[in-house]
Amino acid sequence: METVTLHNISKTYGKGATPALKDVSFSVNKGELFGLIGPDGAGKSTIFRILTTLLLADEGTATVGGLDVVKDYHRIRSSVGYMPGRFSLYQDLTIEENLTFFATLFGTTVAANYELIKDIYRQIAPFKDRRAGKLSGGMKQKLALCCALVHKPEVLFLDEPTTGVDAVSRREFWDMLQQLKQQGITIVVSTPYMDEARRCERIALIQAGSILSIDTPDAIINAYPGQLYALKAAHIPHLLNDVRGFEGVGQCYAAGEYLHMVFRSGSEEHLLAFLEGKGHKDIILKKIKPDIEDCFIRLLTTTHQ
Amino acid sequence: MRTLRLLLEKEFRQIFRDKGLLPVIFILPLIQLLIMPLAANFDVKNINLAVVDRDHSTYTQQLVSKIASSGYFHITGYHNDYTPALRQIEREKADIIMEVPAHFEQDLVKENKAFIYLAADAINGTKAGLGSAYLTSILADYNNEVRLKWLPAQPAAAGTVDLRFSNWFNPYMNYRLFMVPGILVLLVTMVCGFIAALNIVKEKEIGTIEQINVTPVKKWQFIMGKMIPFWVIGMVDFTLGLLLARLVYGIIPVGNLALLYMFLAVYLVALLGFGLLISTYSDNQLQAMFVAFFFIMIFMLMSGLFVSVDNMPGWAKVIAMLTPVTHFVEVVRMIVLKGSKFSDIQFQLLVEVMFAVVLNGWAILNYRKTS
Repeated sequence: METVTLHNISKTYGKGATPALKDVSFSVNKGELFGLIGPDGAGKSTIFRILTTLLLADEGTATVGGLDVVKDYHRIRSSVGYMPGRFSLYQDLTIEENLTFFATLFGTTVAANYELIKDIYRQIAPFKDRRAGKLSGGMKQKLALCCALVHKPEVLFLDEPTTGVDAVSRREFWDMLQQLKQQGITIVVSTPYMDEARRCERIALIQAGSILSIDTPDAIINAYPGQLYALKAAHIPHLLNDVRGFEGVGQCYAAGEYLHMVFRSGSEEHLLAFLEGKGHKDIILKKIKPDIEDCFIRLLTTTHQ
Repeated sequence: MRTLRLLLEKEFRQIFRDKGLLPVIFILPLIQLLIMPLAANFDVKNINLAVVDRDHSTYTQQLVSKIASSGYFHITGYHNDYTPALRQIEREKADIIMEVPAHFEQDLVKENKAFIYLAADAINGTKAGLGSAYLTSILADYNNEVRLKWLPAQPAAAGTVDLRFSNWFNPYMNYRLFMVPGILVLLVTMVCGFIAALNIVKEKEIGTIEQINVTPVKKWQFIMGKMIPFWVIGMVDFTLGLLLARLVYGIIPVGNLALLYMFLAVYLVALLGFGLLISTYSDNQLQAMFVAFFFIMIFMLMSGLFVSVDNMPGWAKVIAMLTPVTHFVEVVRMIVLKGSKFSDIQFQLLVEVMFAVVLNGWAILNYRKTS
């Protein structure tokens, strides 16, 4: 069953500007953990703002929980939880006051839905009398999640919840999302970090207002055509230039300590001979499995061409 | 209702937690009320007078002692020549020079007339104007005394017309009595106008409005939640100011306090509507601050607080009438000084109600939860 749907949504901020969203369509199933993966400025926040009824699309229709985002905006507002990309709670109120405030605004109490938030709230409860503005990044994010969950929403929209949060807190946060999913809440989450894509059930890769691909992370990786190689030598910057100068190489880019590359026509032996001729030492060339980032880069170049 | 109460609770909590804002709201206006009426005082006393006496007669001495005893003048120099007296003016030691020519007494007795020369330093226009006016009237008085001495049998023969003034509602022309109520209006206007203008923008700037907008809170609830606290603050500020006016300046409103507060209540709604309107058009606090500052500046200068609206040219009068502050300044003075009744202020009240409806209606229409 589809809980969130978008049909041909387009949005341009201001006349003559570059469109923020171009003809975007996708749907999220009930109880799914769905990820919107893309760099800054891809249009992720715009999608969230349209789905949470804060922004009107120029074209297209969208529904949340079977309700139209334009006509039934009022009912949607009481049934979704939204955590904006920027910390948007009252910094001069305490943790407890913020939570009570949002619970009451939704016509409920913290106690009524405590079951849902207790695992997260327990971690910040020792500081419940501290003002939100004085919390660390990770605690702010946990509080924001509690506030977005306190009215037991059907759908949870999380706009870049892990941006600016340390690696440990990020991992914890994704664990919390997995637990929430167990409770049957549909979660739509966006992130610019490709490595987090694997934690989602299905992902949409998005770039410059268009969806490049929607599928499970595994399917997207399996759809990678051809063989990906990792290449390394003593002097990486020179290596990148030289490989790009080699006729038979299709695409080559730096990825961590290795270069990732695919062949267009050439073979391993030819390349190695070519590089040795250029004076490179300690050359390692091995076949690897692509990750989401490789898929994203390939999709980017193919759509540009 | 529960939602509204919650919003009010939150708003008050935030206001009372803001340690920087609290004194600005409650203490600064009172300090201003203590300072501004004293500074904006048009009463002139202690005018420094340099006397140039070329006559050295009994009449001159009588004249000078009469001037000195009037209480307005302070004789700073007694010279034989004009030049040293002028030097006194140049050094700002004297405001006015009075020169008594040689043979003053002789001329007065023999020829029945004599001249006196007055020179005022017009750099301080008020002091010069009022000082020479006081001095002229003292001279006229002196003149009469001289006549009486000479013609004791027939005082009526002098045949001069004596004009006597009586100022209504403020018999002693106490400047403070006139200024303090006006300044009180100004302070309430500044405090409430600015905090209302800045508040919703603050939520926009910090991003909290984003989180509020996705909740089922209704537009009117949100706006009422913002308006009521500032309305209460305005009421409290005005009351504190009124108490201060009574304790420090001895100003006790002649008119009905309930009437005054009724007008204040309506005025505050209009003013807060103005603040909210600015708030809905601005993207950040800086923008809101500048726009609010621009308008409040116009309100102050055009409100008739310093310059009477009746003295303005036609077009300026129109602008003055189009600001809510003008009417309130007028009404506060009417009620406090004159003891005006409801029937006297109903026109102003009607105008203020219109301001309240238009400004708030506009603000509510312009505040949208969806962009």
